[in-house]
Amino acid sequence: MIINHPLLGPRDSAEFIYMGDAGLINRPDPETASGEEWYAYAYLRDNPAGEHRELWWHEGGDRSWLVVTRNTVTHEISKVEIARDVARAQGRSK
Amino acid sequence: MRYSGFKVIKEALTGHRGWTPAWRDPEPQSHYDIVIIGGGGHGLATAHYLSKVYDEKRVAVLEKGWIGGGNVGRNTTIIRSNYLLDGNEPFYEMSLKLWEGLEQDLNYNAMISQRGIMNLIHSDAQRDAFVRRGNAMMLNGADAEYLNEDQIRKEYPFLNFDDARFPIKGGLAQRRGGTVRHDAVAWGFARSADSHGVDIIQNCEVQGFRIEGGVCKGVETSRGFVGAGKVGCAVAGNSGRLMAMAGMRLPIESHVLQAFVSEGLKPVLPGVITFGAGHFYVSQSDKGGLVFGGDLDGYNSYAQRGNLPVVEDVCEGGMAIMPMIGRARMLRMWGGIMDMSMDGSPIIDRTHIDGLYFNGGWCYGGFKATPASGYAFAHLLAKDEPHETATAYRIDRFRTGHMIDEKGMGNQPNLH
Repeated sequence: MIINHPLLGPRDSAEFIYMGDAGLINRPDPETASGEEWYAYAYLRDNPAGEHRELWWHEGGDRSWLVVTRNTVTHEISKVEIARDVARAQGRSK
Repeated sequence: MRYSGFKVIKEALTGHRGWTPAWRDPEPQSHYDIVIIGGGGHGLATAHYLSKVYDEKRVAVLEKGWIGGGNVGRNTTIIRSNYLLDGNEPFYEMSLKLWEGLEQDLNYNAMISQRGIMNLIHSDAQRDAFVRRGNAMMLNGADAEYLNEDQIRKEYPFLNFDDARFPIKGGLAQRRGGTVRHDAVAWGFARSADSHGVDIIQNCEVQGFRIEGGVCKGVETSRGFVGAGKVGCAVAGNSGRLMAMAGMRLPIESHVLQAFVSEGLKPVLPGVITFGAGHFYVSQSDKGGLVFGGDLDGYNSYAQRGNLPVVEDVCEGGMAIMPMIGRARMLRMWGGIMDMSMDGSPIIDRTHIDGLYFNGGWCYGGFKATPASGYAFAHLLAKDEPHETATAYRIDRFRTGHMIDEKGMGNQPNLH
């Protein structure tokens, strides 16, 4: 698979480490979250067959975190974003 | 019809006109006591033990394609019981014992071959870990044997003993481990279950559950509604998709694992070798092909095919430990979809929905577990309590903190 890195252009997916569902960006607030929320965050996954937003870490490159939208049935990649931009768009400060 | 050597000779002399289909092709009935979703190894094994051991007579297996067309026909056919943890080892040892008597139990030749499995050791730390594992195995009644370098040189002289990075310093052997003809496992369980009255219904895809007041009443299928007292799900690889129809999110990601077969060779490899440090394992099939594999591709996938970086990684591992493999040409490669659970161990349990039971999360260790998984799931379905060897495989263990994490990797499914 080729991941079209927003900054570096097309890169071999072997340069990246797969880090799971992009929902992991939304870590529960440690001050207020319940045990149930932590359980769901740490262990439960949607695991869809089809379009999946997921985190890839460019370990063998610029060490950026990306949010890749990829089809788990065809492996086709339709969108690549910088994870920081996604998090900020969701209201995170950093 | 019982199969026997006498029957084979008789049929050979009479033009093979006396063979009959090994199982029926029934229409689905409107209601069963127990419906199993998934006509793979685990589902068919469950049906076999339900009907033969637990005397359940109104049982159906629903399969969306043809039986044995999924992971039971896509694995690398290895059986073993070399686990460390108390939650796992008694279960896998029961499985190995069931394998040892399976052909007699099923009256079916599954070509079970206890040719032994060897885990290679390259460092002092790895030796300590494997000796500890061997002791844990023996405490649970399994066999384990530590071999030093000279003993391995006698059995496997062609290995790359003096590799600079991973010199071979010893091995942990389990002589009772080995290989099985995987398709025959599906067919043998199907034939036996059918002969005990189980309806095996192929080309019948489950499209939803009928759940009323927190109770599962049956399943909606491509061939109509099938009512059930209890529904057991055994569709590892697709567990996430199926259980989503019941509104459940699982502690599972689906990943693709590739496997490979070389062209047929004369016998060169007496047993199974695992080179864990280099992400490679290999055995030789009775047809002569070297059957080998390595790591997951590492990303969520339902595609049943992988990508080239892992092909390269596996072949490098093979060349590193067994340089003569470089003279063989690769014949076939394929991928299968694994339920990768959050601790690397399976789940056999009730769900929070009455009448709905779940069997999955087998990671890439499902094949060796087939008989015990079927036995334990049948026990759960028939008696509503877990089998004594499967009490740790609870679906809520991630909530309560009772993980069974053989490798200590945590909730990173692609590392298990």
